[in-house]
Amino acid sequence: MNILLGYEARFLAGLLISAGVAIVALAIALTLGLLGATAKTSSAKIPRHLAQAYTAIVRGIPEILFILLVYFDLQRLLNVIAEWVGIDRLIISPFWAGAIAIGIFYGAYMTETFRGALLAVARGQYEAAASLGLSRRVAFWKITFPQMLRHALPGIRNNWQVLLKATALISVIGLSDDMMAVAAQGKSKTGEPFLFYVAAAVGYLFLTAISGAVFNRIEKYARRGLT
Amino acid sequence: MIDNIILILQKYGHVYLEGLGMTVQLTLLSLIVGFILSWPLAVALHTKRRVICLAARGFVYYTTGTPLLVQLFLVYFGLGQFEAIRESFLWIALREPYWCALLAFSFNTAGYSAQIFGGAMQNTNRGEIEAARAYGMSEWQLLSRIVAPSAFRRAIPAYGNEIIFLMHGSSLASVVTLLDLTGAARVAARGTFAFSESYLVAIILYMSLTGILVALFRFTEHRLLAHLRPVTTT
Repeated sequence: MNILLGYEARFLAGLLISAGVAIVALAIALTLGLLGATAKTSSAKIPRHLAQAYTAIVRGIPEILFILLVYFDLQRLLNVIAEWVGIDRLIISPFWAGAIAIGIFYGAYMTETFRGALLAVARGQYEAAASLGLSRRVAFWKITFPQMLRHALPGIRNNWQVLLKATALISVIGLSDDMMAVAAQGKSKTGEPFLFYVAAAVGYLFLTAISGAVFNRIEKYARRGLT
Repeated sequence: MIDNIILILQKYGHVYLEGLGMTVQLTLLSLIVGFILSWPLAVALHTKRRVICLAARGFVYYTTGTPLLVQLFLVYFGLGQFEAIRESFLWIALREPYWCALLAFSFNTAGYSAQIFGGAMQNTNRGEIEAARAYGMSEWQLLSRIVAPSAFRRAIPAYGNEIIFLMHGSSLASVVTLLDLTGAARVAARGTFAFSESYLVAIILYMSLTGILVALFRFTEHRLLAHLRPVTTT
């Protein structure tokens, strides 16, 4: 096997790193999305306005600009914290900076997805939970959340596919071993740019295909009990 | 912070304006080319002719399934690798990053738009098609007078989102050395070392562009979907 002119192993490792960034970012985005949607549908004014500002700003700007901004500001914030706590210096790696930036960015899109899904759960369900004397926490995790998930999954799947493709951008802030970075190195060394970027395209299509299969199973699980 | 922003605007204001122009220009031109390409593609996606349908599906799969950055690099770096292209007349355009970006963005939005329009055309009311057939319309008349116009109206909300994504996607032009809005912010950041403030100026400009687009779509939607509005008595 010598299709990538000696870059096969590094390319596969790069594929895993890109997938890793995407998975960390997904975890962050899901958490922020859940928090944001709860804030947006709450009756408390301040959290609602904060969540509204978050989604309005993020959805109004390109992801690459956001990644550049977060990468720089996150490091500056860490410097301030390090000085404040009195430790030497905290340095954030491009991997984590990229994953955090993409996570915060797609958290705004997840917020919209979860908000729509929360509103799709029938009002009677809340009333029934309240009349059974369930605490708010139990009512959320046992009644609202499982039903909301059914409505949210198609949106989550969509956002995940966009988020996955956004990981191509982190080589721009200097991650040197993800799939796009390896492709760029291979391109410069061998003078075969077409080959390496076709390989990157195939790599992303492969990741989309396997995550599609995973989502099919999750959706089947979430629909259990429904005919 | 405010002082820095004023300083940036004084020194780099014209660069931002130039970048804004480039972003608008790239978005508008790829929007037009993409729109023209997307309709035949949308029809091809749902045709019964196997070969045409498969080719269209392949194109849409590639443009919507891979990152725009990969598509841009394939055009910008990839095509120049082939002698046949370097020696053809195409090379006059393809060695310029501007035309590469325009080509990649146009194809990308054509793929997404074809998916949106194709889906909307599939949802055409069967009765409308039967009525048009009963009137003796040819296939072309049926498509151009009945199916496409009503599909376009239904597709406006989704298509509006796609236009905003296209505008945001055009920021990748800065990666291939073009001076768009993101490129301008990077120039200002390197020149002043005030990174946050330089990016903040670009963020405000992008948000304004997004706001203008959203207002424009609301207006168009309101006008074109007038027949679906509930009757108000005043």
